[in-house]
Amino acid sequence: MIVSILHRATGIALSLAGLAILTWWLMALSGGAAPYAAFEKAAHHPVGIIVLVGLTWSFFQHLLSGIRHLSMDTGAAFELGANKTFAILTIVGSVLLTAALWVYLLEYRP
Amino acid sequence: MSLGDSATPLGKVRGLGSAREGGEHWLTERVTSIALLLLGVWFLASLLLLPKLDQTTLLEWLHAPSGAIPMALLIVVGFKHALDGVKVTVDDYVHEPGNNFVINTLLLFLAVAGGAMALFALGTIAFGAIG
Repeated sequence: MIVSILHRATGIALSLAGLAILTWWLMALSGGAAPYAAFEKAAHHPVGIIVLVGLTWSFFQHLLSGIRHLSMDTGAAFELGANKTFAILTIVGSVLLTAALWVYLLEYRP
Repeated sequence: MSLGDSATPLGKVRGLGSAREGGEHWLTERVTSIALLLLGVWFLASLLLLPKLDQTTLLEWLHAPSGAIPMALLIVVGFKHALDGVKVTVDDYVHEPGNNFVINTLLLFLAVAGGAMALFALGTIAFGAIG
């Protein structure tokens, strides 16, 4: 239930904020030094980092619950126990992947 | 049923349902999701494998066909999948036909305009002199 709601919420976040930022990023990249400096300034701002962390978590959560939905489309894992286990695993997986990615980006990335 | 027993379950419901449509939309959403699974992982892996994330490195990456082509696919399939997904939510909550049409049409325009802007920016990088 909660994972199904998360699938929608993260999908809408990726559709609106995610694609808007992707488009902004591409336009800034192609626009020259000044537009890209403005993008980087926003991306490195604490609020910008929170938004980007939220979007990467949305990406991983939507990806994992999307795989879960695709496998359920085949009729797999409709038993209550298995269904719940996989639902919880999508949340555990998305949080771990997001944490690993951002620890790497903020601590180890040159 | 004229389709006979050889039709697959999906084949049987195509063109049926209360609105006589939706089968294609349902299938498109799933096919684009599989494509985005690959393209999304490619996008993230590429960013992680680049030596640096400064403007010059990113421009070189998207100037080369190996970066520009998957990125073009990511934009087109991403906007299409987003539009299909948001439409399901709108259809679930906005039942009045007039409002439903207006919101879905605005979202269609938004997705096409956003996709065109992203593709144009990518084209400038891919076909420009930079890199």
